Parts: sequence; structure tokens; C-alpha cells
Amino acid sequence: MKAKIIVMPKKTVLDPQGKTVKHALESMSFKGIKDVRIGKFIEVELAGRNKAALKKKLDDACHRLLSNPVIEDYEIVIR
Amino acid sequence: MKFGVLQFPGSNCDQDAYHVLANVFGQPTRYIWHKDATLGDVDCVVVPGGFSYGDYLRTGAIARFSPAMKAVADHAQAGGLVIGICNGFQILCEAHLLPGALVRNKSLKFICEHVHLRVETTESPFTNACRPGQVLRIPIAHGEGCYFAEPAVVDQLQRENRILIRYCTTDGKITAAANPNGSVDNIAGICNEGRNVFGLMPHPERASEAILGSEDGRRIFESILWTGAAAETPAPARR
Repeated sequence: MKAKIIVMPKKTVLDPQGKTVKHALESMSFKGIKDVRIGKFIEVELAGRNKAALKKKLDDACHRLLSNPVIEDYEIVIR
Repeated sequence: MKFGVLQFPGSNCDQDAYHVLANVFGQPTRYIWHKDATLGDVDCVVVPGGFSYGDYLRTGAIARFSPAMKAVADHAQAGGLVIGICNGFQILCEAHLLPGALVRNKSLKFICEHVHLRVETTESPFTNACRPGQVLRIPIAHGEGCYFAEPAVVDQLQRENRILIRYCTTDGKITAAANPNGSVDNIAGICNEGRNVFGLMPHPERASEAILGSEDGRRIFESILWTGAAAETPAPARR
């Protein structure tokens, strides 16, 4: 099974990268961009079929290593 | 006082810290390899600047799980002194020995320059040789030195007098213009609840000899030595 993990900076944390990219898009005359935020995308290949158990394991991994809960939120999708 | 300087793959301020402690201050100092599960006989651990494990994922995120860092956590738990400089500060935050986190500089630029720092409290083993409000001129060199913590955490740090140094102007004013990296409340260095763990982004080891343009970093190391000396001096006998 494959898990996709998206890690994003919390709304309360400054995201200068997102801001800079937003400015760049605007300077390319892309209109109507309200906000850009930049995070990380992590793909994990997993052995096993028990989705709930794998999700629990990944939750722990996200909490302890893959994200820093002080500054980031994460989302796990397994399929 | 016996010092141990940690070495991770990628540390690059370890030798500067060693040089200052061993040669400038004449203290017994040794290196501690990141794979060492024990620290040996040391009073103060220095987690130096540079990089660690490529700083993959996040700065300090992988270093936190090294055997030496487990020993550092035990050392801190037992009341031993720990000072984390730059990448060391980032590692101490990732290891939850200090609250908050260091994120990308607001400017997105790597900044390498001398900054001014106001000593916010002398009530710590790391600032007790300073004058209250003293302004220190010490260099910073980082791309990810923007200190972040939730407002409730910052309030608590303030209440408990745990913000030891802040970025300031040459005459000690805390202004937005004097904040080089966007750190919340101009925070440059904080300590833990027990006041024995200190993390700071500036490099005192790069400002401990006149030839380097500033000796203000000495105040930090002198504080540590003073703390050690006070611990070794027996209380005077009562008459």
C-alpha cells in the first residue's frame, strides 16, 4: 500500500516561501491568486493491508518525525 | 569546568567552540561523537552550529534521534548545563528540550552579520556575568533562525523570565528593524523551565577573541564558568 502525506505550515506560522511565490505568480500576470502556501509531500510504501493499523503507525511517525506539530499540520491518505 | 562538544555529520562550528573553551578559556574540553550513547564526565554540553544529517526534513529533526542526544536529554534532566548554538538551538527545540521552533528567515535570505543583543535577564547560568540590559555584539549566520512559538508559549516564556536575549538596536532598543529574521518578539535565545538548557541563534564562539572583531561572546562562556565555580565552592562555614 502507498501512503501520501501532506505536511503544511500552520496558518499562524509565517510562510515567506508561499508569499514570494505568490508575488512571482502575480508578476507573471496570473490574476485572482488569494494565497499561496508551500509545504511538503511525502510518499511512503507500506507492507500490510490493515488500513487502520497503518494509519495509526503513520500518525505516530508524523507526530514524532515527519512533521513538527509546533509549526506544521499534516494529512495522511492511504490507498 | 569540563565541557563536551557534540559532533554530528555536518557540524561546522564544533571546532570553533572547542577552540574557545580549550584554548581561550583553558578548560578541559572534548568532542562527543553523535553515535556515543554516553557523554562521559562533562559539566556542560555544547550542541554546536552548522548542519546535522544534512538537515533533511527540517533543521535538527534527524539529529534529535541520535544516541548522543538521548544522553544530552538525560544530562539536562539531571540538571546538567546544555548550550545549543544555532543548529544546536534548532536541535534542542526539535528534541523538546526547549519550546517552539526555528523556521525560515522572513527574508528567505541566509544572514551572516554581527547583530546586537540585549541581555533580558542575568538570572541564568548563561547570562549571570552580564549586566542587566547589557548590549552584546555577536554574529549570526543562519537561514532558518526565525523563532516561532504560539502566543501562549511566548507569554509563558516572558512570565517565567526565560527569554535571555533579544535582538536590539546598538543602544538596546527592541525594534522591528533590529529583528534580522522575523523572530517573534525579537527572541534570540531562551532557556528551559529548569534554566539549565539554553538555546540561541547567535554565535558567541565567533566573538570571543579581539582579532575576530568582538569579544562580547565571552560574557556567555564566563557566565557558564562562573556558575561552575559557584557550584564547586563550598558554602562558608558558619560561626
